[in-house]
Amino acid sequence: MTHWIIMPIVLPAFLAPFIVLAARYHIGIQRVFSLAGVAALVVLSASLVWQVSDGSVLYYRLSDWAAPFGIVLVGDRLSTMMVLLTSVLALFVLLYAIGSGWDDRGRHFHALFQFQLMGILGAFLTGDLFNLFVFFEVLLIASYGLMIHAGGNERLRAGVQYVLFNLIGSTLFLFALGSIYAETGTLNMADLSNRVAMIGAEETVGIRIAAVLLLLVFAIKAALVPLHFWLPSSYAEAPAPVAALFAIMTKVGAYAIIRVYTMIFPPDLEATMGLHEVWLLPAALVSLAIGMIGVLAARKLDRLVAFSIIGSMGMVMVAISLFDPASIAAALYYIIHSTLAGAVLFLIADLVRTGRGNLDLTPQQPMIGTHMTAGMFFAGAIAMAGLPPLSGFLGKLLVLNASFEADLMVWVWAIVLGSSLVSVVGFARAGSVVFWKAHGTPVGEPVEGTGKPAALSYVAIGGLFALLVAHTVFAGKVHGYTTAIATELFDHKTYMSIVLETPGKLSDYKGGH
Amino acid sequence: MSLFLIVALPFFGALLPGIMNSAGRSACFGVTFTVTLSAFVGLLTNLPTVLAGEVVMARVNWMPELGLNFTLMLDGLGFFFAFLILGIGLLIIAYGRQYLSRDDHMGEFFTYLLLFQGAMVGIVLSDNILLLLVFWELTSLASFLLIGYWKHLPEGRQGARMALAVTGMGGLAMIGGMLILGQIVGSYDLSVILQNREAIQADPLYVPALLLILLGCFTKSAQFPFHFWLPHAMAAPTPVSAYLHSATMVKAGIFLMARMWPVLSGTPEWFYIVTTAGLVTMVLGAVIALFKHDLKSLLAFSTVSHLGLITMLLGTGTAFGALAAVFHILNHATFKAALFMSAGIVDHEAHTRDIRRLGGLRHLMPVTFTIATIAALSMAGIPFLNGFLSKEMMLEEAHHTVLFGSHWLVPVMATVGSLFSAAYCFRFIGHTFLGPVRDDYPHKPHDPGAGMWLPPAILVVLVVVIGVAPFLVQDFVFMVTKSVIGEAAELKTKYIKIWHGLVPALYMSIIAVVGGLAMMLVFKPLSKVWETTPRPEAKVIFEAIVEAIVRLAQALTHPLHNGSFTRYAMIGIVAMIAAGYHAWATGTVADPVRELQAAGPVPIAGWAMLVAATGGLVVMHRNRLLALILIGIVGLMVSVGFVYLSAPDLAMTQFTVEVVTIILLLLALNFLPNRTPTESTSLRRVRDAGVAIAAGLATFGLAYHYMLRDTVAASISEYHLANSYKGGGGTNVVNVILVDFRGFDTYGEIIVLGIAALLIYALTETLLGGPVRRRLLNRIPDQARSGDMHPMMMVVLTRVIMPVVLLVGFYIFLRGHNEPGGGFIAGLIVSIAVVMQYMASGFSWASARLKYPYHGVIGAGVLVAGLTGIGSWFVGKPFLTSDFTYVRIPPFHKFELATAALFDLGVFLAVVGAVMLSLESFSRLARRADTEDSVHPMDIDPSRNAAASGSAVDMKEDT
Repeated sequence: MTHWIIMPIVLPAFLAPFIVLAARYHIGIQRVFSLAGVAALVVLSASLVWQVSDGSVLYYRLSDWAAPFGIVLVGDRLSTMMVLLTSVLALFVLLYAIGSGWDDRGRHFHALFQFQLMGILGAFLTGDLFNLFVFFEVLLIASYGLMIHAGGNERLRAGVQYVLFNLIGSTLFLFALGSIYAETGTLNMADLSNRVAMIGAEETVGIRIAAVLLLLVFAIKAALVPLHFWLPSSYAEAPAPVAALFAIMTKVGAYAIIRVYTMIFPPDLEATMGLHEVWLLPAALVSLAIGMIGVLAARKLDRLVAFSIIGSMGMVMVAISLFDPASIAAALYYIIHSTLAGAVLFLIADLVRTGRGNLDLTPQQPMIGTHMTAGMFFAGAIAMAGLPPLSGFLGKLLVLNASFEADLMVWVWAIVLGSSLVSVVGFARAGSVVFWKAHGTPVGEPVEGTGKPAALSYVAIGGLFALLVAHTVFAGKVHGYTTAIATELFDHKTYMSIVLETPGKLSDYKGGH
Repeated sequence: MSLFLIVALPFFGALLPGIMNSAGRSACFGVTFTVTLSAFVGLLTNLPTVLAGEVVMARVNWMPELGLNFTLMLDGLGFFFAFLILGIGLLIIAYGRQYLSRDDHMGEFFTYLLLFQGAMVGIVLSDNILLLLVFWELTSLASFLLIGYWKHLPEGRQGARMALAVTGMGGLAMIGGMLILGQIVGSYDLSVILQNREAIQADPLYVPALLLILLGCFTKSAQFPFHFWLPHAMAAPTPVSAYLHSATMVKAGIFLMARMWPVLSGTPEWFYIVTTAGLVTMVLGAVIALFKHDLKSLLAFSTVSHLGLITMLLGTGTAFGALAAVFHILNHATFKAALFMSAGIVDHEAHTRDIRRLGGLRHLMPVTFTIATIAALSMAGIPFLNGFLSKEMMLEEAHHTVLFGSHWLVPVMATVGSLFSAAYCFRFIGHTFLGPVRDDYPHKPHDPGAGMWLPPAILVVLVVVIGVAPFLVQDFVFMVTKSVIGEAAELKTKYIKIWHGLVPALYMSIIAVVGGLAMMLVFKPLSKVWETTPRPEAKVIFEAIVEAIVRLAQALTHPLHNGSFTRYAMIGIVAMIAAGYHAWATGTVADPVRELQAAGPVPIAGWAMLVAATGGLVVMHRNRLLALILIGIVGLMVSVGFVYLSAPDLAMTQFTVEVVTIILLLLALNFLPNRTPTESTSLRRVRDAGVAIAAGLATFGLAYHYMLRDTVAASISEYHLANSYKGGGGTNVVNVILVDFRGFDTYGEIIVLGIAALLIYALTETLLGGPVRRRLLNRIPDQARSGDMHPMMMVVLTRVIMPVVLLVGFYIFLRGHNEPGGGFIAGLIVSIAVVMQYMASGFSWASARLKYPYHGVIGAGVLVAGLTGIGSWFVGKPFLTSDFTYVRIPPFHKFELATAALFDLGVFLAVVGAVMLSLESFSRLARRADTEDSVHPMDIDPSRNAAASGSAVDMKEDT
């Protein structure tokens, strides 16, 4: 057994305590280790993606106990793709955090950052539902720490709401896990898939409620309306690089839904028929609408971006809730896009903050570096609003195409296209007031606390844009890959057999079970 | 030249002007011109193939699964448009070089222009309709930048946003239309779609597709009722207006209607919608244009009118109509571009475009006068100029068109339109150039340099040449028309002639010109009537609509996300209950398989206490100390419950966690007011109580349901029970699960604990650095403080107890693997031992005796646990694989050594570090507030005596 697959979890899990232990007073050393770690993560995850790109499945028994009795990690195309996306995002976000000096405005940024990565990557890689809960806890507590990094009244206030709402989610997760365990007696996902299928038609309420509660847990993470309330303030108030990293956090929810509701509760499962089909798609459409309406309504740039995240998660959820291979492939393509676009917008918003000291959507004197920032905002807005030439447009086409046969097709099309228009108007108004109107405003004294963004900040943003462009240019290849993922998800024989049939410690021992 | 290159050149070339900007204006212009010229020449190299009737294709796969590919096609129609876009583009670039002032950023301007040019070329060369959509939206975006180029002008910003909103809306609608079209045909390639006329028109989705596509075309080509954005786009610099509104942007919609003509036209839906819209737009635009005083506004509305004319021609669905449309596109592009440039020259020289402030310019600007007059006369439809030819054809077509069953409706409307058209052309000439020379121009005008008048002059030459000798372009126009109509219709006309004989079209034409002249005579009174007639102002309406939508969005967003956590939680929990209820209501229930057990007196007593404490907490939660005590009762009862249910490990953990939590909370309470203020109305509290009770009942129901039922197959815990000793080397299954079966979960959880402590620390640090610090320093405790800061009894007791407690912790740790206990509990117990020292003797005293910083303890704990995990790699086993052996060192009994114990040590350290770091952080707050902190193990608060005798200082010095 090779240890590749556990490395993305172990590496940050060692770096973080090491930084706490040995380098907690030396920001320079912290930066070196943090950056080197994330760079290594990128290489590691790329190698993982490469290893499973032929459809094979990586598998790891923790403590050597075979599934379902111990915890297993499983790396298939889906999870390794998400791991790679996270690492690459983390690399650029970290560059920005270092360049902008955000990491030095409070304590323990790098340790928390590494722990956060550990939580996210673990959530993608685990094949055990309770272990997923543990990683949700890790990423939640670390994200709370990152969110309130550098303090400030508004930020702390938003942080409390963030952590409280997500603790409700954690509690619900425990309820759901308890329910699932009570129904099936197991926690391993592959084993659950088998056991849930054994549940007869004469009593389905138990598993139905369990399935729905679990879906709600993930929906909270995915910021699905009406469970999205934690998001706007916390993302808007979070330090910019943290908010940018959080672009992947909502995707953890989306990932978990895709995983669990294709494997454990697949759409053709009798016992859970007619459950979320009824309300998930409408809720996703409402999210999309609420998000983009929020973009139009926002009075501050950071809130605008936060709402656009809700909208783009709505789009992801629209695609997911159709639950067929084409729509899942579209959703995965869009997930990559939405992560990069969301992150880049938060960083650009921070450039505005650096340049003019606040993010109010009011005309103010021209900021430092306005041309560069304006150009970047224009490109970022294009990406988020789903206009050509960037990948959002292609993702939108994929979603529309996948929903052609859906019952609510007219609604899907109307809201997807209508919300695009609303967001276009919203972004145009915001950009116009921040960047253009400034030219008509008299130039006064430079605002205190403003300055020129660091070169490294531009590198980070440029890198994310380069990824977006690559995601567009190689859309055919990426979409081909996400299609392969979707096919694999709906036909998960390899996954199941590898997880459930590989022997582990004492497997030859006949006693007991 | 490859079609890819023709499309790509402007896009890649767009980088150059920006780079070359610092090299000077001429360099900037030079690269832009060269790029466009290269693309233009590249296009011309394909002319022979196109003239031979062949279609040039180029293809690269992009997203084959979606059907979106980079497929380009150059046929007659595509060539025609690309020729206009690039050819007129060249003239505009030359003109723009002269037009822009030194204050304008030329690099930025040409960058946008090239982007726009590339997008336009992309539209007309696309074979794939999804690719076409990409370019279509790109034109909207590029034009947004171009129109808003003068950022300091509010009109520019508003015009840009309006154009983007309207054409963007159309573009989005068109996405829908194109996708439907592709679904009908099964391909997004035009070459395939154009072969499927019958299939498309027979499909039930034809009408929605048509409506959506037309919405795109109409918004782009400014057809009524979407015409209003175009005049406001005039806030752009004149070269932009000349480019966008003669040959490019607004022609995109026309192009698409022509492109789709073979498959979409010929149905009643097409005919009625397109013809009517075109006709209305033509007349409306012409009427408004006549009364505009701004030269560019006049031209803008005349553009609207001419676009209507072309749309109407396409709408009729006949081959002759298509021919006339194609020919008019060519003619309109030539004279309109020339007119815009002339208007720009006038504006540039006289510093005004207000027609009322102009007049008599023919003497001052003879060259401009000549150019503008010829172009305007062509637009008016005067013989021997190209405008006349296509207008005649239009009138001819109108004469044969029956709309809404009426033979006269279209001809009369067309004549009225032409009449107003002639009138505004005459006004343009008359009121700008004729009349007496004035002496109150804002700036003394004269003809500009050749660089500025040459581009329109070239176009005017074309106007005359085509007008006099139409046979020169006849073959070309026929070829283009054939590629428009494809197989769908047959073109019977053979020649484009100036003289057709005394046909109705000629009479209509004469009426129009004479009527136009007559209207000029009565212009003043007409204008007065127009000014006094109330008209809807499109911009005001549009802005009002957008503002209303924004206000609606705000009214929807802000109250919903008002920052009230109670509300958020309430909505979330109601959603959870509702979704759970839905799942329950749609599922099936069978009879329970387990019996309810009888409840003995002890459980009932415990249950009653739990309920009472919880209920009491709800009632008395405003008194924080009381609430804490009640929480303690709840925790204690839970511990007792664990004992009762034979889970001693859990009971011990719960119990120690309770102790530590209460201590930490007590510390926190020190900084909080005793009572929580009431902030909600009683109505809201009733609402929240309802939600809470519903959630409680739902949880109860869920638990009740599961408790009476069995799992579907044997639970995995049976395996754990059976294999704990055999495989994990421990008889305490709970501990083996924690450190072995699911040690990875524990690893994650100690990290959570560690992070929580780091977080409390980081939070404290930030708080102390901020405004909180001042508040803490100035804080006056709201209650009398204890006289004994460090009571002697307690100090002595804790010192005595400490080794005992540590020993207990050590014992608990060691026995963990086989008996209730383990690293987690041991960690908590040891923490309690240390915490007691802090409580007894104060923070400074205790921490001075501290050897290892708690940060390090946490880090070390997590590292030890992780290293234990990695250790198994060296024997080729997975992370955290445990091993154990039995050793015997005399005089001890045989005992077990397990790697799991090492892991447990990590857990122990992490727990101790986390608890202590949290405590340290809280007490840092306390020290700030109360800087008096003793370094002695036991003493008495000196301030007490200070208040009494005033000799506190002496006392302190004595001690």
